[in-house]
Amino acid sequence: MHEHDVLVVGAGGAGLRAAIAAHEEGADVAMVTKLHPVRSHTGAAEGGINAALHPEDSWELHAYDTMKGSDYLGDAPAVETFAQDARDEVIQLEHWGMPFSREEDGTVSQRPFGGLSHPRTTYAGAETGHHLLHTMYEQVVKRGITVYEEWYVLDLAVSDHDDVEDRECHGVVAYDIASGEIEGFRANDGVILATGGPGQVFDHTTNAVANTGDGYAMAYRAGVPLEDMEFVQFHPTTLPSTGVLISEGVRGEGGILYNEDEERFMFEHGYANNEGELASRDVVSRAELTEVNAGRGIEDEYVHLDMRHLGEERILDRLENILHLAEDFEGVDGLDEPMPVKPGQHYQMGGVECDENGHTCVDGLYAAGETACVSLHGANRLGGNALPELLVYGARAGKHAAGGDMKEAEIQTGPSAESEAGDLDESIQIGAVDTSDESVAADGAAVDAKSIVESEVERQRERVETLLESEGINHAHVRDDVQETMTANVNVFRREEGLKQALEDIREARERYQHVAVSDPSRTYNTDLIHTIETRNILDVAESIAVGALAREEFRGAHWREQYQYRDDENWLKHTLLAWNDGTPRLYYKPVLLEAEKEYEPKERSY
Amino acid sequence: MSTQIEQEQAEEQAEADAAAETEESHQERRLSEKKARAEAREREEQAREEVREAEDTVEIKVFRYDPEVEGKDEPRFDDFHVPFFKGMTVLDALMYARDHYDSSLTFRHSCRQAVCGSDALFVNGQQRLGCKTQMADLEGPVRIEPLPHQDVVKDLVVDMEHFYEQMHAVEPYFQPDELPEGELEEQRQSPENREKVKMSTRCIWCGACMSSCNIAAGDNEYLGPAAINKAYRFAMDEREGEIKKEDRLEIIEQEHGVWRCQTQFSCTEVCPKDIPLTEHIQELKREAVKSNLKFW
Repeated sequence: MHEHDVLVVGAGGAGLRAAIAAHEEGADVAMVTKLHPVRSHTGAAEGGINAALHPEDSWELHAYDTMKGSDYLGDAPAVETFAQDARDEVIQLEHWGMPFSREEDGTVSQRPFGGLSHPRTTYAGAETGHHLLHTMYEQVVKRGITVYEEWYVLDLAVSDHDDVEDRECHGVVAYDIASGEIEGFRANDGVILATGGPGQVFDHTTNAVANTGDGYAMAYRAGVPLEDMEFVQFHPTTLPSTGVLISEGVRGEGGILYNEDEERFMFEHGYANNEGELASRDVVSRAELTEVNAGRGIEDEYVHLDMRHLGEERILDRLENILHLAEDFEGVDGLDEPMPVKPGQHYQMGGVECDENGHTCVDGLYAAGETACVSLHGANRLGGNALPELLVYGARAGKHAAGGDMKEAEIQTGPSAESEAGDLDESIQIGAVDTSDESVAADGAAVDAKSIVESEVERQRERVETLLESEGINHAHVRDDVQETMTANVNVFRREEGLKQALEDIREARERYQHVAVSDPSRTYNTDLIHTIETRNILDVAESIAVGALAREEFRGAHWREQYQYRDDENWLKHTLLAWNDGTPRLYYKPVLLEAEKEYEPKERSY
Repeated sequence: MSTQIEQEQAEEQAEADAAAETEESHQERRLSEKKARAEAREREEQAREEVREAEDTVEIKVFRYDPEVEGKDEPRFDDFHVPFFKGMTVLDALMYARDHYDSSLTFRHSCRQAVCGSDALFVNGQQRLGCKTQMADLEGPVRIEPLPHQDVVKDLVVDMEHFYEQMHAVEPYFQPDELPEGELEEQRQSPENREKVKMSTRCIWCGACMSSCNIAAGDNEYLGPAAINKAYRFAMDEREGEIKKEDRLEIIEQEHGVWRCQTQFSCTEVCPKDIPLTEHIQELKREAVKSNLKFW
């Protein structure tokens, strides 16, 4: 059994930042990651990092924009902490050598982005995430932090107290992809989940193949509630054939959207009379699909994003990467013709419920980055707010786990924060097919940390053996079915019958999953096995999104419901929480916090 | 196809009846295994149907090897026919083959957009990223092999450890002499200097360059193009001081450093990010000479 003070699961931006922070506190920290760190999907982020650096800008304005963007579902303590810390984090990155784009005087450039009242987005070309990821990995190498790379975390080792808030996380069990070995990893001070987003729940996504929502699913099954999972961001500009992202930077620099009739529809059809193409992402995505549904889409599928008028020099200087992506993945020359774009799943606003220090209601278990829901983004994330989030909250989680001196969190977590029970149509079946498999730790009598980890190791060994030795169906069928129903029914536009259909399809997929098996018998680099286990996580996450979407009867931010066309502050100014409850999930709510240093009065969100 | 399934169902029923008296769970398992086999056949048949119906199909010949699986412990090539669609990449073809014909077909991949650097492969005799190589641009049948000059772990997966070690050997992290002390104050860097290091910072650690390099193939200690490029990225960054630059030049001037390069340009040709690797190596050689003269 390996043993460290702090374990970080996942080595993208949030994980790397958390590991560096824990290391700076003097902790023995190790990272366990299914990909080598530089392969992480943070590297695909293009646009930038928001931080109020200009003297005439302020953290208060950044907080205000973020809260408005969230459609008043962000929690004020999370939003303010974020806007304050983001500035130091960006400067810290610069001090670590990040190759930011620069002004003539040598200072870091900032550009306008959707939903921002000030040009606040720092960037490094249109490949900001790549540079951020590599810059932080360099710091991890410099510090000699242990990285268990290509080790896949199968599950968490958590004590099995009845009350979730009494539970403690003591480590993880992981599978060495290269050798097939299964080992326990004990964490004396904390486990930080930084496993990224769940894009593979959908079939048209900007996310990587590896983004299977492992962290959400593991925390959820350990008893930590998933918060606001219905809020999924669909990015308005993805390439139709692959889902590859075309940065918001294109619109930030002046790119224009046209429909088939060559109308600049954002203005001409009144979707956003002030901000036009730079309205918030949810607004632009809905506008595009409304155009397509009204018969004004090109090939009935997409719209055009035109940047030709910006001129070759400016495009090459600031958006060169976009030219390569459009050419390599869509066969289009962005200097010569408009680029086809349509909305694609991009980002999960909801996630593992935690407080401003990244801590969940299970002692010793943390979440950071896209996996976490503090809640910062509420119902809609602003472009350029994901990278500073993973810096700010990655650092905070790492520091807290390592015992750093920090202010006590204001955000309440766990079932004790419940203000109202939720109810779901009784005909809908969710949760485990067989709840007898679902106890948190296999050995109810296990009390000390070591035996809890050991018994989880045994449980996972059995699970892997069973998958390898039995015959059954290929997980890929199950995964395809989930992705198809999610894209058909839980997309930008949501209807009650569609959501119910999705839950029915997911149920059926869960039942089929009971019969999956791995046909590759090898212990060496068995990706068939890894993907099969990931598919279980996809099922749990997909279900939580669909349940939240069906429960929330209003239209807020990215969540649009056909029958409920207004934001309903009277009834829905609250967070949706779904607790696994040992296999029979329970839905409940907790209030939104709209007051911290400042007070945020919900206003109409127009752009 | 349909009659076959009916027959199987009849068999299942007969078997189920026999098993009912003995053990129920055993029966359930057998049934689900039967069902699974039928589904797998159906899916494969469906794939073959898609191939027949597709106007166009492509053939890929894929290198297979697994040291611990009988029949795969001797390297071989497997042929797969996959339905072609416009825009199909080598990675798409591999994923189709894996998901429809053989789930044990193994390769690294993640982002599908040429930034994670996982899927550098040897395609029709050249190092390329699977995800950004269009099938339409290749002559068929398309031969897909693991990167040469690296140990094969299984199928298309190679051991990257040596590559990472070389990357780590050049102190691949920023080391400024001093940092500004003002609150929220960044270091200044001219746009020209940023432009100077821009291409070098694009490296995605895919290993294509190292695999294409004859020198690296013959000298296992040679730092290789990617690591030298990483050193260039810092040595040329004006935010690091002159003293640090001297240290960096010393590292890349060692016996297995820049002077090994024979400017064959193979690394530059295969780099999927168009980094002028050979030029960077040449420039470091010149910098090293200048710096040696200075201390003479």
